Amino acid sequence: MDGARLRSLVPGVIGVLVRRGADFAAAEDAVQEALIEAFRVWPGDAPRDDRGWLVTVAWRKFLDTVRSEQSRRNRELVFESEPSGPDGDSGAEADGDDTLRLYFLCAHPLLTPSSAVALTLRAVGGLTTKQIAEAYLVPEATMAQRISRAKSRLCGEGFTDPGEIGAVFKVLYLVFNEGYSGAVDLAVEAIRLVGQLRFMTDDPEVAGLLSLMLLHQARRASRTDEHGRLVSLADQDRLLWDSTMIIDGVEILQGALAHDQLGEYQAQAAIAALHADAASVEETDWVQIVEWYDELVRMSDSPIVRLNRAVAVGEADGAQAGVAALADVDAGTPRFTAAQAHLHERAGDFARAAAQYVEAARLATNLAERDHLTRQAARCRR
Amino acid sequence: MTYLLLKHYRGAPPPAGNHAPMQEWSTEEFDAHVGYMGAFADKLKETGEYVSEQALSPEGAFVRSDGQGRPPVTDGPFAETKDLIAGWMIIDVESWDRAVKLAGELSAAPGQGGEPIHEWLEVRPFLTPAPTVTE
Repeated sequence: MDGARLRSLVPGVIGVLVRRGADFAAAEDAVQEALIEAFRVWPGDAPRDDRGWLVTVAWRKFLDTVRSEQSRRNRELVFESEPSGPDGDSGAEADGDDTLRLYFLCAHPLLTPSSAVALTLRAVGGLTTKQIAEAYLVPEATMAQRISRAKSRLCGEGFTDPGEIGAVFKVLYLVFNEGYSGAVDLAVEAIRLVGQLRFMTDDPEVAGLLSLMLLHQARRASRTDEHGRLVSLADQDRLLWDSTMIIDGVEILQGALAHDQLGEYQAQAAIAALHADAASVEETDWVQIVEWYDELVRMSDSPIVRLNRAVAVGEADGAQAGVAALADVDAGTPRFTAAQAHLHERAGDFARAAAQYVEAARLATNLAERDHLTRQAARCRR
Repeated sequence: MTYLLLKHYRGAPPPAGNHAPMQEWSTEEFDAHVGYMGAFADKLKETGEYVSEQALSPEGAFVRSDGQGRPPVTDGPFAETKDLIAGWMIIDVESWDRAVKLAGELSAAPGQGGEPIHEWLEVRPFLTPAPTVTE
């Protein structure tokens, strides 16, 4: 059975149930149950009309729930078993709009980031609660509860309201950056979800985000060595970079930039493209990278952008210039001390760099980065 | 973000704490304490923030290598120390502030006379797996 194919059907099937009159929370639950049922009863081949099968089973699950609730309340049945007509399953062409609404709803500003991520993975991504729980290292019951609470928070929010696309981008980027430590490769899943979103809206930032993800993903094999240790960009074996994925990423970016509606993701993708394009760190066009960071500062002046800009300035104009640029950045910014250490190492001040790497390791929030910074400190003391 | 709430049984600085040791509590006081802990865990299960918890026996020992070919050296147990680790709870929450708020609640578990014990809990963030974007 093709799990990816099955998962791609989920948002459309939720849409069918909602159009038939189910509310979002109940429809989403029913489709999740149908999905689990599909995994159970299709050991080898899926039925030819897998989408039809999911719609039928999900609708039946939904009716079962409604009936059991209504028998508790001792009221009459509102829903007939198989509706027909224009409000029923009008086919795949309606799926696009429904799926887009699902993206918006699951990224709703009422939700906390972790709830939005979980709900998006289930309702849009078609993952099971168990898979999401494993990816985020929490018990299945906890994840189920998080999703159920997220849905009750959305109770009364219209399925038809257009949402804020920027919120959708943030959720999908969070999924992408969560990485690939679990059984489900969330980076690949995020790329799939952004790729799907691209068919539903012509916002060039969707293409920018997709390009950014592809250009980062293309370097994945070179980011860690055979012992799982992080490898700095300067030391990565560029022959390991996925050139096909880089070409795709660059083409998608060029298409986006042609719209002349620059946004943050396109600018970040442009920076990633300049890295991907260089045969070595020395041959990187750092001057142009600094210009893109200047653009990003104009669009969204965040301390993280300024921090990255200072590191790029250090490459373009020398380490001292980088240290000077860092003076404008809030020292509480994540990775500030690591950037300081890097620039002082580049400037040849190894004693200072070593002490700062030690401090940066203490502040690191993930294990791979902490170990990397600890090794950098040891290298500077040599 | 995942956090460890480590219960040291270190008590609280006087005069804030309710210092009477557990051995002096009545059955009702003990049950109220355990009930509070259970209700706290249930609440976090309901909010989707609970990961796990574990109580530890005060028995055990410190162990270290004594060089190749020699048996490990043991020391202890240290059941009487002021810094005995009694157990932990692991939570997955939205922010550091939320973790601190919950630790504060857990620390207010009742002791003798039903008064909150205000014990110190240590809150420590988990180091996460590496993110996708590392540079």
